[in-house]
Amino acid sequence: MNFETLVFYFLASILLFAGLRVVTARHPVHAALFLVLSFFTGAGLWLLLEAEFLAITLVLVYIGAVMVLFLFVVMMLNLNIEKMRQGFWDNLPLAAFVGIMMAIEMTLVLTVVGRSVTTSPESHAAGYSNTKELGRLLYTDYVYPFELAAVILLVAIVAAIAITLRRRPGTKHQDPAWQVSVKREDRVRLISMPAEKKGE
Amino acid sequence: MNELIMTLQGFFGFAWPLVYSMAKIVGIVAPLMLGLAYLTYAERKIIGYMQVRIGPNRVGPKGWLQPIADGLKLLMKEIVIPAGANKRIFLLAPVLAIGPALAAWAVVPFSPEMVLANIDASVLYIMAITSMGVYGIVLAGWASNSKYAFLGGMRAAAQIVSYEIAMGFALVGVLMAAQSLNLGEIVKAQQGGVLNWYWLPLFPLFIVYLISGLAELNRAPFDVVEGESEIIGFHVEYSGMAFAIFFLAEYANMILVATLTSLMFLGGWNPLFDFAPFNWIPGFFWLLAKVLFVLFLFLWFRATFPRYRYDQIMRLGWKVFIPVTLVWIVVVGAAMQTPFGYLFH
Repeated sequence: MNFETLVFYFLASILLFAGLRVVTARHPVHAALFLVLSFFTGAGLWLLLEAEFLAITLVLVYIGAVMVLFLFVVMMLNLNIEKMRQGFWDNLPLAAFVGIMMAIEMTLVLTVVGRSVTTSPESHAAGYSNTKELGRLLYTDYVYPFELAAVILLVAIVAAIAITLRRRPGTKHQDPAWQVSVKREDRVRLISMPAEKKGE
Repeated sequence: MNELIMTLQGFFGFAWPLVYSMAKIVGIVAPLMLGLAYLTYAERKIIGYMQVRIGPNRVGPKGWLQPIADGLKLLMKEIVIPAGANKRIFLLAPVLAIGPALAAWAVVPFSPEMVLANIDASVLYIMAITSMGVYGIVLAGWASNSKYAFLGGMRAAAQIVSYEIAMGFALVGVLMAAQSLNLGEIVKAQQGGVLNWYWLPLFPLFIVYLISGLAELNRAPFDVVEGESEIIGFHVEYSGMAFAIFFLAEYANMILVATLTSLMFLGGWNPLFDFAPFNWIPGFFWLLAKVLFVLFLFLWFRATFPRYRYDQIMRLGWKVFIPVTLVWIVVVGAAMQTPFGYLFH
């Protein structure tokens, strides 16, 4: 057993433990935090496979952005744990079926279909740039699927914004453009009046 | 020097790589800790002089021992854990804040040879690691079991997440100009005097990066978490060393942003002018001078500008900075296809 295998088992055991705790943790915030931990160890495993670009992107996108928003939502909602647990036994058969099917499919993929998956990939020379190779492939061989994915994401962004856009009359929002372009005449009124004599 | 390394290598045997890496890590973290202790002193002194005060001058000669006295005081204070707080997460939060702030330094080059890990995607690594710092803030706010801390944590986190986008886009411009994700390569691409550095061709991105960096650090004028008039910072419930660690993380991040600005926009270790006597000075000192300059700017801003209101912070990030960076990325990309492309290299 060399050092790399040791690191693999170390990370993999943490990943399994964290993944298990995501579904068993009592508190939703704890569950979300264990999901963060499992993403992080997953990124570590990808680093072992020399996929450093993907690993860093996983940390950047999923841990840095997606899970933060996830935590926001979980913290803001007033979750009632007891109520959430009510449907557990009703949903168990269906959930178990889906889970077992997924496990079988993954085993099939790893053992029967793709024999090459189980053999470890050859390691590259020190000068090999994973990032550069990935970029070259994305913008040459896979440029149409890549662009298509980008367009779908753009549509999703526009749709998400459109859903949250509600016009409410009577809000006191400021209009900075108007504030900046305001003129003296709009604000100050100069009045010419003769002096008054007081105290006589 | 080589002989010394050889002797030590013989002494530690197979454990040598581990020991050597540890020594290098200590070599980065120890000066950093000292630096940020004296950054607090510099901040108080500089802002003091800007406001025609003297600043700390009681502990040690001219107040030079003030940071050490402050550290000792914080060490001896009790860490109060609020009733009903989630104790484990309450204590985990400061660790999550300082961990990324220190881990990011692993890929920062200090001179062409002085770098702990010279990885190819170092800019991405820094962005990924620093984006994890927000967990410390969110969890600190949540675990305190206090509405004020919670609201403060939410505000600070939303601010950080928003400005990260503008910051990332500003970096995209740098990557396009340097054609590399490696910080060392980015500095090499700016070889030459002050006119070759990226602050000039990427001026809008430089300004956006500098200001977003301030907002990302929750520093003045974007320091709503420390606003006296609205005490809803994420760390209101923290005391003693637990608070001090948030403080350390903020200052470590401050030096990090200053270093990254110097590396990516101010030419890193390249001398101000590429002729004698300027290029006799070793590159490390040039980098240090630039970092200190950017840090001075941060302190100067704090003494100068009034605090932004929260909705104005968000407006500035989303409606001003992100469009500006997007436009300038298009400008750079288009210019690279024309005969004027050399201006952006």
